[in-house]
Amino acid sequence: MSNTEVLLQQLIIGLSNGMIIALIALGYTMVYGIVELINFAHGDLFMLGAFLALTVVGALGLDAIPEPALLSWGFIPLLIIVPLFCATLNWSIDRLAYRPLRDAPRLAPLVSAIGVSFVLINIGLFWGGLRMDVFNGGVAAASPKDFPWIVSSANLLGPDSNIILTWNELLVFAITVPLMIGLSVLVKFTRLGKAMRAVAQNPTAARLMGIDVDRVIGATFLIGGALAGAAAVVYSSYNHTIYFQMGFRVGMDAFTAAVLGGIGNLPGALVGGLVIGVIRAMSDQYIATEWTNVVVFAILIVVLTFRPSGILGATVREKV
Amino acid sequence: MRIPFIVGLVGLAVLSGCGSGTPAPSGDSNTTTTPSATPAAPSGGNPSVIKIVSSLPHTGSANAQIMTIVNGIKLAIDEVGGKVGDFTIVYEAWDDASPERGQWDPAIESANAQKAVADPDVMAYIGTYNSGAAKYSMPILNNALLLMVSPANTWPGLTKPGVGEANEPMTYRPSGKITYYRVVPADDIQGLVAAQWASEMGCKKVYVLHDRELYGQGIAKMFQQASGPLGLEILGFEGIDPKASNYRSLVTKIKQSAPDLVYFGGTTQTNAGQLAKDLRAGGLAVKFMVPDGCFEDAFIESAGAANLEGNTFITFGGLPADKLTGKGAEYYANYKAKYNSEPQAYSAYGYESARAVLEAIRIAGKKDRAAIAAACGQIKDFDGLLAKWSFDENGDITTKTLSGNTVKNGKFEFVKILGQ
Repeated sequence: MSNTEVLLQQLIIGLSNGMIIALIALGYTMVYGIVELINFAHGDLFMLGAFLALTVVGALGLDAIPEPALLSWGFIPLLIIVPLFCATLNWSIDRLAYRPLRDAPRLAPLVSAIGVSFVLINIGLFWGGLRMDVFNGGVAAASPKDFPWIVSSANLLGPDSNIILTWNELLVFAITVPLMIGLSVLVKFTRLGKAMRAVAQNPTAARLMGIDVDRVIGATFLIGGALAGAAAVVYSSYNHTIYFQMGFRVGMDAFTAAVLGGIGNLPGALVGGLVIGVIRAMSDQYIATEWTNVVVFAILIVVLTFRPSGILGATVREKV
Repeated sequence: MRIPFIVGLVGLAVLSGCGSGTPAPSGDSNTTTTPSATPAAPSGGNPSVIKIVSSLPHTGSANAQIMTIVNGIKLAIDEVGGKVGDFTIVYEAWDDASPERGQWDPAIESANAQKAVADPDVMAYIGTYNSGAAKYSMPILNNALLLMVSPANTWPGLTKPGVGEANEPMTYRPSGKITYYRVVPADDIQGLVAAQWASEMGCKKVYVLHDRELYGQGIAKMFQQASGPLGLEILGFEGIDPKASNYRSLVTKIKQSAPDLVYFGGTTQTNAGQLAKDLRAGGLAVKFMVPDGCFEDAFIESAGAANLEGNTFITFGGLPADKLTGKGAEYYANYKAKYNSEPQAYSAYGYESARAVLEAIRIAGKKDRAAIAAACGQIKDFDGLLAKWSFDENGDITTKTLSGNTVKNGKFEFVKILGQ
């Protein structure tokens, strides 16, 4: 492999990983933008989405059929069922665990979110123990589960090419990019988007203007949850391994991306995710895998030192 | 208002981001700070009951393996009718793992050791599964002269001077006496035979990876040290992040140096399955060799059998249960009859460690911690599963039989006996 090929390959890997991080980061950043809550349960919601995806794969019998030539038809039901489930779950979590604490000190919903996170992790552990073939008959609930190939792994650049680019990588982009564009359009141009921005700016004033604040916040959780569900499908079909604790680590990466890009800022989540993905790949290649986490967080610290609100973060407006 | 809040959270993220991934590779600095008071056995308890406890990681993906170890221990106790001399043997299986870590947890392992010391009936402690965990409980138990027998620890430094860190193994023996024994061959032997096996298979260039844990990094080092004299070229030696979502960029890097074999010092719990997957997805069709930490069904399940088929090699400090002869074959038949299932690799060592404990109690003939711990060292020419064995002056078992295994049709398959 020539040096250019290596660089290109690492860019492909970095951007694909970054896109998945960005998709999850959107959920953090949306919720933070509107209720100023770091939703620690978001990563674990994503994990449950992945478990549902594997369950659906098993129920549809997709694990039994050989790798598809391009894309398994099962992708479509997955992309509908999983986001729907995560959206409903996220909305219910808000209703049960966060909404009663809306007027409490800020730390209360944060602690509540950590509690929800533990509950979800344990549901994941229980889920992995279900007696299904895709969960190895449930004998080892905590073991990582193998997620079958539902997207072709054939190299699009030909079998002899040094650079590997498959439908897997393309799919990550094909799902993430439209979702982000759709989300930006929704926030910028629709009535709901306008209401969301209003609530983000000043909930009291928004309420005075006749906006049903709780409904808007509920809608935010719905959308954030759906994005986590979509991310779960993309992540599982790209990485092929799911386990009940993956939400913590993936959530941590996504949260870091949201902060790096400017928390509360939607394009910021994308930029943050891509930056982290690419830095990881480059650090693995040119520094050493041992140092990758150090490099990522060192860059985060440097960025926040000079731009405390993140790369794309707006100037801080103090809330009254 | 907003800025300090965010920065504070980032600080939190940095802490947990670095801290959650891996514990310090050789965190032995805090294991030496145990109290150095003279061993005072707690009074009370039931004079006719001897309690044996095990401290093994039940919470996490090792659980399937651990349950077969626990079954092995129970089998050994049942075989003597739950009695040694006039003493009734009681057994409790403790968990040393936490849900947050999904594997052994230093805090829980230390607490287990202290709990065992505080219970006047506990005369033996079977554990740990992970070598890193043993570092925490060994000094505590040694201080109380409580016998500890491990069915699975393979880090050489736990018993052997001059192989591990400079202060090993004396740092684990604050009382100056040997109270820790193990029934598995240590990694200096496993790393060596792994390198020999790789060389026998015709490999010339090897890329070595490890999980930065005591066990994984240790065995990777042993493999590396053994490689030089055998003429194997080491292309790289790197620690991976065991919680990463994939290793594709690392695989791309490895691909450039074109190795014949990738050796990973690690376990199923430190993401060996994902690594195997990414090697194949990254188009690196080389041999993949892993140590006994991956010799459990969970490894095949998490990696996906197709990714391991035919080109994955696993060394294990012993023989697979169905290859055992003599006493070992007897154990295998009894196990299947009693539990109606197949034991996993380490089950036999659970059984063997419990037998060693029972033998030590028999030799000592009294309910006294120091006497039982000393008696264990006197076990000689014991009729073990593989052969007759003794404990040497360090507390190591004298058998050195290892096996080489591969994956065929989605199952582990025995290839050959190594190191003989």
